[in-house]
Amino acid sequence: MSDPLALRALSEAEAAALPALLARAEHLAGAVLLGAHGRRRAGAGDDFWQYRPSQIGDSRRAIDHRRSAMGDTEFVREREWQIAQSVMLWVDQGASMRFSSDDAIPQKIDRARVLALAVTILLNRGGERVGLTGTALPPRAGRPQIMAMAEMFCRDDMADYAPPEHRGMIPHARAVFISDFMGDIDSVRTALTKAADRGVRGVLCHVLDPSEEAFPFTGRTVFQSMGGSMSHETLKASDLKTRYLARLAERKDELQSLCALTGWHYGVHHTSSTPQAGLLWLYAALDAKAVAA
Amino acid sequence: MMVLGSIGFTAPWVLLALAALPILWLLLRAVPPAPVKRRFPGVALLLGLKDDESVSDRTPWWLLLLRMLAVAAIILGLAGPVLNPETEQAEGDGPLLFVIDGSWAGASRWPQQQEAIDAQLTRASRLGRTVGFLTLTQPNPPVFQSADAWKSRLAGIAPAPWQPSTAMIDAAKDALSGVGDFDTLWFSDTLDYAGRNDLLETLQQRGTVEAYQTATNVLAILPATYEDGAVQLRVIRAAAGEERDVTIQAQGRDPAGNARILGVATATFAEGATDAQTALVLPSELRARITRFNIAGQRSAGASTLSDDGLRRREVALISARENREGLELLSPFHYIEQALSPTADLIEGSLADTLPANPDVIVLADVATLTDAEARPLTDWIEGGGMLVRFAGPRVAASDISRVDEDPLMPVRLRSGGRSVGGAMSWGEPKALSPFTNGSPFFGLNVPADVTVSAQVMAQPDPTLAERVIASLSDGTPLVTRKTLGQGQIVLFHVTATAEWSTLPLSGLFVEMLERLAVSSSTAGSTIAALEGTTWSPRRVLDGFGTLSDAGSLPGVHGPALIEEPTGPMLPPGLYTSGDRTMARNVLTQDATITRATWPSDVTVRGLAVAPEQPVAGWLLSLSILLLLADVVVTLALSGRLLGRSNAAAAVLGVLLLLGAPADAQTAADDFALAATSELTLAHVVTGNAQVDDIALAGLRGLGDTLFFRTSVEPSQPMSVNLETDELAFFPMLYWPITPEQPTPSAGAYAKLNHYLRSGGMILFDTRDADTASFGASSPNGRKLQELAAPLDIPALEPIPEDHVITRTFYLLQDFPGRYNSRDVWVEAAPPNAEQVEGMPFRDLNDGVTPVVIGGNDWAAAWAVNASGGPMLPIGRGYSGDRQREIAYRFGVNLVMHVLTGNYKSDQVHVPALLDRLGQ
Repeated sequence: MSDPLALRALSEAEAAALPALLARAEHLAGAVLLGAHGRRRAGAGDDFWQYRPSQIGDSRRAIDHRRSAMGDTEFVREREWQIAQSVMLWVDQGASMRFSSDDAIPQKIDRARVLALAVTILLNRGGERVGLTGTALPPRAGRPQIMAMAEMFCRDDMADYAPPEHRGMIPHARAVFISDFMGDIDSVRTALTKAADRGVRGVLCHVLDPSEEAFPFTGRTVFQSMGGSMSHETLKASDLKTRYLARLAERKDELQSLCALTGWHYGVHHTSSTPQAGLLWLYAALDAKAVAA
Repeated sequence: MMVLGSIGFTAPWVLLALAALPILWLLLRAVPPAPVKRRFPGVALLLGLKDDESVSDRTPWWLLLLRMLAVAAIILGLAGPVLNPETEQAEGDGPLLFVIDGSWAGASRWPQQQEAIDAQLTRASRLGRTVGFLTLTQPNPPVFQSADAWKSRLAGIAPAPWQPSTAMIDAAKDALSGVGDFDTLWFSDTLDYAGRNDLLETLQQRGTVEAYQTATNVLAILPATYEDGAVQLRVIRAAAGEERDVTIQAQGRDPAGNARILGVATATFAEGATDAQTALVLPSELRARITRFNIAGQRSAGASTLSDDGLRRREVALISARENREGLELLSPFHYIEQALSPTADLIEGSLADTLPANPDVIVLADVATLTDAEARPLTDWIEGGGMLVRFAGPRVAASDISRVDEDPLMPVRLRSGGRSVGGAMSWGEPKALSPFTNGSPFFGLNVPADVTVSAQVMAQPDPTLAERVIASLSDGTPLVTRKTLGQGQIVLFHVTATAEWSTLPLSGLFVEMLERLAVSSSTAGSTIAALEGTTWSPRRVLDGFGTLSDAGSLPGVHGPALIEEPTGPMLPPGLYTSGDRTMARNVLTQDATITRATWPSDVTVRGLAVAPEQPVAGWLLSLSILLLLADVVVTLALSGRLLGRSNAAAAVLGVLLLLGAPADAQTAADDFALAATSELTLAHVVTGNAQVDDIALAGLRGLGDTLFFRTSVEPSQPMSVNLETDELAFFPMLYWPITPEQPTPSAGAYAKLNHYLRSGGMILFDTRDADTASFGASSPNGRKLQELAAPLDIPALEPIPEDHVITRTFYLLQDFPGRYNSRDVWVEAAPPNAEQVEGMPFRDLNDGVTPVVIGGNDWAAAWAVNASGGPMLPIGRGYSGDRQREIAYRFGVNLVMHVLTGNYKSDQVHVPALLDRLGQ
């Protein structure tokens, strides 16, 4: 709290960015129809599942008298298990995400935030508890959480490449990591192994700009990272293309095998494609997980 | 000067520098480009990669070319290039006088002449000669100045609509007497005129004379006349030549008041003939509308002639009583009138309502007693505007009460009831003869035949004004014809019928003469000098040399004889002159005018006007080199990645454009508004002037738009505020109009726009914002204001929204329409009275129309309004019920927009059972 006035001004600026992000995410989430979200087995929930004859050990209060009055047997009304799952998100807020190769293409971080928030809204509507990895915003249910998440997503990280936050993982929860994974691969490995140790499974969404896939550069060039911490000069950029692409493919393979090892899903999303595509994949990947669980 | 083709160089030795260009090429190639700096997140993957070879890319060849071109342009520019250098003409020195005929004959070629003068001025400027101008149609002493000073004033010289007269030539000679020697360039209009040779001699004494004259054969048109049922047109040309067709256009205004070509005729000059004639047959309505004839393709005062009263035939509308007579009439009441008028006037028959818009000169009412108010009012206006109403009496007039107690405005006198009948089988006395016409009567001087007798008539009541209104009377002194003036027009009553029933007057030649004297039929007799003696004519519209009519302004009046006799000139410009009701045209050419081509003695050089002007191009080349260098700066920056972002590149390009001095034309605000309003569906509200109300209305529409966007396939863009006075309304499907007591009442123009908007399918949602406490009475200020605002609007009968109105089910099923208040009284266009509910149908079969207005007082905008972050702007109600009310308000908004956009689509569902039923059969 160095200067409350500055903080206030900063907060206002941040708040001004929120509705737009929220509205776009809501709009995106509106495109996905929510299916039934039950666990397909008896448990605690709101929806009717089945009547079963009462057994020893059932509380007398559990007996459904309307059904039982139709015969001599006493029935218990079971409800479908609808226990909420905790989903933890991590969105890379590092400087490397604030990149777009063209005005028509959104920045990677923009796309990552919209996807993350849309997933948040969808899960929130499904009754799940959503939060961030780490200790900043633990998973919670309810609409206010969307606002809180949106607020957290609007914070930029000054570091060039942010390592995944792997602290505060709730055992057996699910997680979504959205990043360009350009930074140190070891931190990702650590995070995923740690998650696997705790039984956390989830989705890695690799967000890439089309120019990062194509490397369309020629001529004498000085490449700089977004934060300016790294630079690499070349006299003929076009010569680097094949070697760069090989390294990128290597990086993808590495992530893929990491995911295979830890039981995560891995997918690449390009900022040039529509956010719907990314959202549908993300949602399906999460849902597949849900069925498996 | 060195000349290469059509380009000359004033400083050719500078061109040697071009030899240095290859050296520059080598130098530029040797320097490598600066590295491009790129932000790229994937740099982490690049670290450690080495270049295969250490040769950098070279400067691209096109950049080298660009720089070379820039340098070459500088070198060429400095060498002083001149396009089309004048090499034939002798280069003189000393003052140069430009003599310009400046008559209408040169108007058609005026731009070419201006170009030729400009070229000569450029040349004079290069040679350093001073220049003076002498326009013969407006002779002023020439002032010798530098040629550049004249260049800017060249556009101010315009041709006059007359030829130089001898007086003007004399004035020109006087003007030259005080000037030293000079050379002369004479720009001739190709027509000869008196005194030209004298002037040429004078000029030749002072220096050499060169003439500029085109080979054009000047055409002119003579005043049009009306003969043999057609407009006779004559065109003349200056020199006989080959056979040639000339198209003559009759120009005038159509009934909508737009200038257009009303008729076209073609005249053919026979080979070797200098004049050609043609005739144009036009309906009289069109003929009366003609304001001028002109030769197509000729833009000069001589090639157009103005038309005046001489071409007009009077239009007479004949109107008899309504067709409610039972039996057949053996004789039309207009038989004799038609016989009398048809040779000299155009007759129109029909009802009064049909003929009045044709604006006839005279309307004849035969035995028409009463006129409805709707007929009488426009008729009175027409008379007051100068029309002439001629009425004939008859049994119907005699039997009616018209003008009995009080004088009818459309009757000249009061009438006694019944009329009288003399000399019939059941009455005493002889039929009465006419008494001679008195001195003040318009009929004075006409002979009264002895066999004209009157056996029945309507009688005038004796009144103080009667005596002065009688213009013809019977031998016993009873009035036969009375007249009064009304406004600028007059009303004449014949106290007898127009048929021979009551008198033998219509059978006699006197009847025709009387009608002529009353100017029912117009005389086309030409104006003679004697007839115009003592009259003064004031110019209304005058022609300029190009044949364009303009207001005469404060030109003085002209005496009648002078108008015909005097030649045109500054004091008598050709144009339209009026005196009283009469209009006369004074044209450039008179009926007997001829034109001849000017010839030049052999010692005068004659040139054509087609001159490729000398044009220094050094400035252009130097500008080009600067542009190329600027482009080089931008390109170099872009190549090395130092152009920060595309916006800066755009700014740089914009800067270059600004330097070019040709900024793209800014689109007008209206275009921007139209684009903003039409690129997407846009909701709009009317600006009230109250900032708070306007803000809430805009925020409300934003909230409604968001709701529509999220819930329906209607995806409106940002709402707009509409100013009724200035903005186009047609772009908006609906307008939200909050009422404030202090808002200004729209102007008449704005109301016209609003009515057009409502009629063409727009909808206005009026919101008094007072919870409808007044029930649209005048008991609340907003209600009063609404009544005041809506009074001039074209609003149909209204009713409170019925339960089965389509607005209750266009998207949501609704029965309440709350806003910030929850009043049930919302009014829409009333259903047709015969709409009935069919048994078994949930609602009535109301199929037509979107209601043009919805009127309520629930302050909907306040309920819809959202703030910048998307949250509600104003609190509505308390707790959950408040939220519910807001939700229903949104649903009302959605339904309303759906109603506007889809109309009665939901109502059509009613037909589905019937259609299915039919398909089954």
